Amino acid sequence: MNWKTFGALLARDAHVAKRNAMQLFLQTFLQPLMFVFIFGRVMVRSGYMPASYKALLLPGIMAISMVFTGIWAVAMPLIAEFQWTKEIEDRLLAPIGTIWLAIEKVLFGMIQAIVAGLIVLPLGWLLLRPIDISIHAAAMFAGMTILVAAFSACGGLALGCTVNQQHIGLMFSMVLTPMIFFGCTYYPWSALNAFPILQKVVLINPLVYASEGLRASLVPGFPHLSMSAVFAGMAFFDLLLLVLGLRQFDKKAIG
Amino acid sequence: MAIGLRIVDLRKIYNSAPPFAAAGVGVPRSSATSEKAAKTAKPEIVALDGISLQVEGGEIFGLLGPNGAGKSTTVGVLTTRVRPSGGQAWIGDYDVWKDQAVVKRLIGVVPQRPNLDFSLTASEILVFHGAYFGLSTKDRNQRAGELLEKFKLTDRANQMVRGFSGGMMQRLSIARAMMHDPQVLFLDEPSAGLDPQTRILLWEIIREYNQAGKTILLTTHYMEEADALCNRLAIIDHGKVIAVDTPAGLKGSIPGGYLLRLRFAKHTPGLLLGLQSLSGVREVRSQDTTGADVYADRGGSLIPEIASLAATTGAELVDVHISEPSLENLFLHHTGRSLRD
Repeated sequence: MNWKTFGALLARDAHVAKRNAMQLFLQTFLQPLMFVFIFGRVMVRSGYMPASYKALLLPGIMAISMVFTGIWAVAMPLIAEFQWTKEIEDRLLAPIGTIWLAIEKVLFGMIQAIVAGLIVLPLGWLLLRPIDISIHAAAMFAGMTILVAAFSACGGLALGCTVNQQHIGLMFSMVLTPMIFFGCTYYPWSALNAFPILQKVVLINPLVYASEGLRASLVPGFPHLSMSAVFAGMAFFDLLLLVLGLRQFDKKAIG
Repeated sequence: MAIGLRIVDLRKIYNSAPPFAAAGVGVPRSSATSEKAAKTAKPEIVALDGISLQVEGGEIFGLLGPNGAGKSTTVGVLTTRVRPSGGQAWIGDYDVWKDQAVVKRLIGVVPQRPNLDFSLTASEILVFHGAYFGLSTKDRNQRAGELLEKFKLTDRANQMVRGFSGGMMQRLSIARAMMHDPQVLFLDEPSAGLDPQTRILLWEIIREYNQAGKTILLTTHYMEEADALCNRLAIIDHGKVIAVDTPAGLKGSIPGGYLLRLRFAKHTPGLLLGLQSLSGVREVRSQDTTGADVYADRGGSLIPEIASLAATTGAELVDVHISEPSLENLFLHHTGRSLRD
């Protein structure tokens, strides 16, 4: 393994992200923060939502921001570079096994997702004050953050190496939007008790485990999936998407 | 010690359209008789049909052939970018497929279509490329500066490459390929789309790099380029090597050397026999009822005799094209097709 090359690949991605920092910031945070403002502040103050909804909402918003950031950071450049600009060829010729380029993309996507999560949390907290939320179990919170970041980046890798560039719009409407709405982001999984079939079906959605896990580590007072189910679910989807993503990457990268 | 390369019985069959790593087109397989083909019912495209070649260290070697002949796929395999269906390839003593990371250090690649990193400036492209290859900060900055100077890009060093012209992108691609001082440089159609001035600059740079003891493999479908640059050439068509020799040796192998392409309103077997018997004519080929290719020791001086022969046999001569000994003629002689077809 050639760590110098791996480091240089990471440095290149960091350099590009730094150059596009403002664009990335707006793209990542504008929508979730508006959501937080309308649903957590406007609706609560006007009495349409109970005050306790604020604490329920914020972990879900954190999950959405992380997942979107990671998927976007990994999938979009891959779709463009494999199918359109071919820029990635330069890095495919770097003296390192092809698969390490994919792993570098995943690692960088994870870092971006973690940064997004750790920024949206205090920003949301500022917007929603007073809000009853705190990091109760630091290790659990850290573990969840890493697993959610890995899910987003591995998902980005799998999508980025599978979706055709003309189907990017479809990817958002057919994959990401349903994932968010059925991902227990705006409501806890227990809220689906009244829809027993739906409650089972949504368990194939990895975002359910992400939202429930973050909620459990930030506001444990709300009912949530058991943490062992959450960790098992996240680990399973992380691994599945990583394996699928690496296979697809290899197929795309080498003719 | 200059490093050569070797390929043995290289085969590549695509079951779907070739991905971008192999920019060439390949040849659709005409017979779908193999069991596998029948079972999968996918169209098979044979890009390489058992190519073997040896390029000596320090050579400028050219792959000449029309679009889709298999040139880019050959380069793709040698540069770790295309997985061969069969056969083996080595750069020096290293198996391209088994020792990929080592091989990548030894080679520099200029692709057919510029694939510059659009998120970076010209200078950053070179500096990051140096970083991928483990050059120290000082070394990579210095070398990037030298290459930008050499390729006349210094005043554009800090601009994003998105707005660069085709020629500038091509120059930067070559500078990037040279950044880590590779032992073997691959150039896939290096002068396609370049203006004549840039092409001459490019040829000078290739020769100079070669004089530093480096091996160069280039693909081209420009006969002049192959003729001007290459020590040896392989003519490739339909994924097969048709001939390998020096440009002079190859041209010498054409019967007569001169090619007269004749077109008649309609010709007769008698006319073709008559042409064959003219003095200096080595070979007459005809693929339809109107055209005839005459390979001969002389060119223009044959025309009066051909015209009078046509008149006596009642065939009206409508067009004549004379070409002097060239690789174009050689290609035509071997394949029946023009390089530009």
